[in-house]
Amino acid sequence: MSGKEYRTITDVKGPLVFLEKTEPVAFGEIVQLRLSDGSMKNGQVLDTSDDRVIVQVFEGTASVDKQTGVKFLGDVFRLPVSKGLIGRILDGAGKPRDGGPEIVAEEMADIIGAAINPYSRESPEQFIQTGISAIDACTTLVRGQKLPIFSASGLPHNDIALQIARQAKLVDSDDDFVVVFCAMGITAEEYNFFVHDLERTGALENAALFVNLADDPAVERLITPRLALTAAEYLAFEHDYHVLVIYTDMTNYCESLRQIGAAREEVPGRRGYPGYMYTDLAMLYERAGIVKGKKGSITQFPILTMPGDDITHPIPDLSGYITEGQIVISRELHQKGIYPPINVLPSLSRLMNAGIGEGKTREDHKSVSDQLYAAYAQGRELRGLVAIVGEDALNERDLQLLKFSDIFENQFLRQSRDEDRSITEGTLDLAWSLLTNIDTKYLVRLDQKWIDKYHPTERKS
Amino acid sequence: MSEESGLIYRISGPVVTAVGISPRMYEVVRVGDEGLMGEVIELHGDQSVIQVYEETSGIKPGEPVVRTGQTLSVKLGPGLLTQIYDGIQRPLEDLEATMGVFITRGVDADGLDLLKKWEFNATVSVGDEVSGGSVIGIVQETETVEHRVMVPPGNSGKIASIESGEFNITTTVCTLDDGTEIAMMQEWPVRTPRPFVQKYAPDVPLVTGQRILDFLFPLAKGGTAGIPGPFGSGKTVTQQQLAKWSDAQIVVYIGCGERGNEMTEVLSEFPHLIDPNTGKPLMNRTTMIANTSNMPVAAREASVYTGITIAEYFRDMGYDVALMADSTSRWAEAMREISSRLEEMPGEEGYPAYLSSRLAEFYERAGRVQTLAGDDGSVSVIGAVSPPGGDISEPVSQGTLRIVKVFWGLDAGLARQRHFPAINWLSSYSLYPQALDQWYRDNIASDYPEVRTKISSLLQVEAELQEIVQLVGSDALPIDQQLTLEVARMIREFFLQQNAFHDVDTFSSLNLQYTMAKAILTFQEESEKAIAGGAGLEDVVNVPARTDLMRGRFEQGYSERIGELLGEMSKQIAGTMEEN
Repeated sequence: MSGKEYRTITDVKGPLVFLEKTEPVAFGEIVQLRLSDGSMKNGQVLDTSDDRVIVQVFEGTASVDKQTGVKFLGDVFRLPVSKGLIGRILDGAGKPRDGGPEIVAEEMADIIGAAINPYSRESPEQFIQTGISAIDACTTLVRGQKLPIFSASGLPHNDIALQIARQAKLVDSDDDFVVVFCAMGITAEEYNFFVHDLERTGALENAALFVNLADDPAVERLITPRLALTAAEYLAFEHDYHVLVIYTDMTNYCESLRQIGAAREEVPGRRGYPGYMYTDLAMLYERAGIVKGKKGSITQFPILTMPGDDITHPIPDLSGYITEGQIVISRELHQKGIYPPINVLPSLSRLMNAGIGEGKTREDHKSVSDQLYAAYAQGRELRGLVAIVGEDALNERDLQLLKFSDIFENQFLRQSRDEDRSITEGTLDLAWSLLTNIDTKYLVRLDQKWIDKYHPTERKS
Repeated sequence: MSEESGLIYRISGPVVTAVGISPRMYEVVRVGDEGLMGEVIELHGDQSVIQVYEETSGIKPGEPVVRTGQTLSVKLGPGLLTQIYDGIQRPLEDLEATMGVFITRGVDADGLDLLKKWEFNATVSVGDEVSGGSVIGIVQETETVEHRVMVPPGNSGKIASIESGEFNITTTVCTLDDGTEIAMMQEWPVRTPRPFVQKYAPDVPLVTGQRILDFLFPLAKGGTAGIPGPFGSGKTVTQQQLAKWSDAQIVVYIGCGERGNEMTEVLSEFPHLIDPNTGKPLMNRTTMIANTSNMPVAAREASVYTGITIAEYFRDMGYDVALMADSTSRWAEAMREISSRLEEMPGEEGYPAYLSSRLAEFYERAGRVQTLAGDDGSVSVIGAVSPPGGDISEPVSQGTLRIVKVFWGLDAGLARQRHFPAINWLSSYSLYPQALDQWYRDNIASDYPEVRTKISSLLQVEAELQEIVQLVGSDALPIDQQLTLEVARMIREFFLQQNAFHDVDTFSSLNLQYTMAKAILTFQEESEKAIAGGAGLEDVVNVPARTDLMRGRFEQGYSERIGELLGEMSKQIAGTMEEN
């Protein structure tokens, strides 16, 4: 649709452009700006009235002047979607970045995406094996879940994300995952690391990448994840793919959100982030799931770096309230040289109970996982005590728990970057063999019947 | 242009400003060419500010805004139970039928099926004197719930005609002598509390089957409770446990700004769960409101009002209703978001200055009342709070704690140790025990309050001892204090921890709770005796019968067996003296 071009910009502030004397402009409408040198920028209407229209410019407002022509396109932001997205690399605004042709659209999809009717959702309960013991045993991932990685600068969250992308599979099915990767404000170096790894393992052919790098416009980051999720929804719900969406780094996304909020002079919430950040994040995270009558699914792995390693910072905090758990990366374990340095204690998978047990992983999974937690938690607590009173003050039970915490970290958590452990032999049996370091009378979380069946030395068969 | 319709002047997210109409505050209006539902929330000169309950993108200034003359109301009548609604009482099942799995906009759906026929049985006859709230007939709404059709508040007179039979809910079944026509359905504005005669002091407990809640921090029928907790500490599981096992006759569950998958879980689980009080599926007594985090924020703001109005309606029939709101923080955030779009002067942390009065008004709609018909009915309100960073010094937690009488404080540390329910026994409180103690003495055991006091003081002593243990280790304590630590550990592991996902452990009757608490005290007494008689601490703690007693709670028929197990434990503990 071709509309009028306006040259009525009154103010330019940060990423925002203010116009007046327009004909009625729709809320959320897409805008094209033509600069005096002929280059184009894109934007979206954030506020509209008879007197004034506020446009958020995705590429930033550098070089915008009062002569800039502004055209309202009469539609909301749409992404051309097709199966052809698989194997492609696009930029943060959805244009090809790999030198390939434009995407031939099978459909033009609204990138905001509609909310899934809660009544139409199906409970996620299919176990995904990641081959990483810490995750499979203690924070089990299921298909359709959104499980973020809470990390911090300098930690190997990218390696873990890639290992999950490589190894993730359903145990009882040949269905493979398609990876949709969304980069928001990461460095070129990190990006190359991802792309090389995906290339090396051949996963790139099975992936669609949306890339906004650190030197790309910050405001564009607000649409990049929406593009990625729109692509994911199309692939999952129109073409039956099981999609694994990895996006990194949510912290950069939230920074952009704050930037827009500040430019609009909104009343800020905690630490200057906008009061609607919860809702805004939910509109991304809630686009995971399985719906009735569709074969595909969307599983999300957002990565965020906690500023100052602080889990109570608004970004991890609000994320944690929306997502179905979190995998927490620990600096302490990383410094001990343990990979993957996943601290299972604050980590959680809310959907775990639905995805484990008989017929899914193994009947003893819940018991074993509870016992590992309890023993490791107590062992770690005792480390603090030992630092004060020495090991001599510990009784037999406490000594065993203390030792177990080291064994757990070194043998259970630690594995190599390409080690793909199966849930039964690789992870649960390993857990049982490590639990032999604790006298069975102290293993109160284990049902007697599982001890009788699985305990390597107490087994009754 | 007539008074009845005006034009859109401005759109900013869910807030739309209209000119050319002068509606009343909180009047419902239809916005734009698609007729989206909105509610007037501010009048400003010749501008009316409207919050819109659906997505506003694509709407332009200049599109029409039409008055309806009505305030935001819910439809009340047979058909509420087993339903799942969005924040403005649109049945999600109907929305799925009309727009598929994704929620688009511009679709109206009636809160109740207007065509479905219900069997109405009149309970009054021509000539009877009735007034607002009087029950005029009953409908068997679900297997377990009898829906009592009432005269809408504000009407009274003699019955001129009344008819039993199969009708839909809008058909007049009864007329009064002043010509008032009464159907099975009535409407009520959500922001106005439904009337009652008087409030009573709550003196009957709401039994939830959750040991730490019922025994240490009980909630009364008609009471209010707040559950604040950081993410992952089990708020939702606790709320769902309450929705499952509370001995209320009606449950209203509001999923306010939470995850979609949570509602799915409830939807798939409840129809298969059996209500321990009636033996029928729990769904039969449940109404759900689901306005998930990514659904329109204005409808989220409305969802708690929709929920509590439905709860009050069932209360007026004389039922005990339990309402769970998960999470009130998301409701408060919706208020904040709207308030910020209105460019109101913010209070603390950007929340509007009226936050605490709105919270208070909401919780004040709870209570045990004498209904207009003269019966007893109650609405108990349990609100989850999601404080940022788990820090309850923030405005929503504080605003809530000032009003509610029960505080169930969830603790991230306990959750991390997989101690569930992760309710901190030191910081939580309930102001109801005094009012309820007489009930416990009459119905459970005459020394019930004393047993509770002993258990909670043991936990208190443990906390003090733990501080010493942190410094010197437990071996340095005298043996009687070491025993206290063991007893407290038993309270924590055997009594306070309760596995919500275990078929048997998920619910404990008050009688069983009392017996288990007594068993712990028995262990303490017998052990003290044995130790005085020369037995070692390890000996008494490790008697096999104690493990049997503790593990037994996971087995069917525990209530019947616990006495026997306890006897065996006492015998074995006494036996430890003889060995020495």
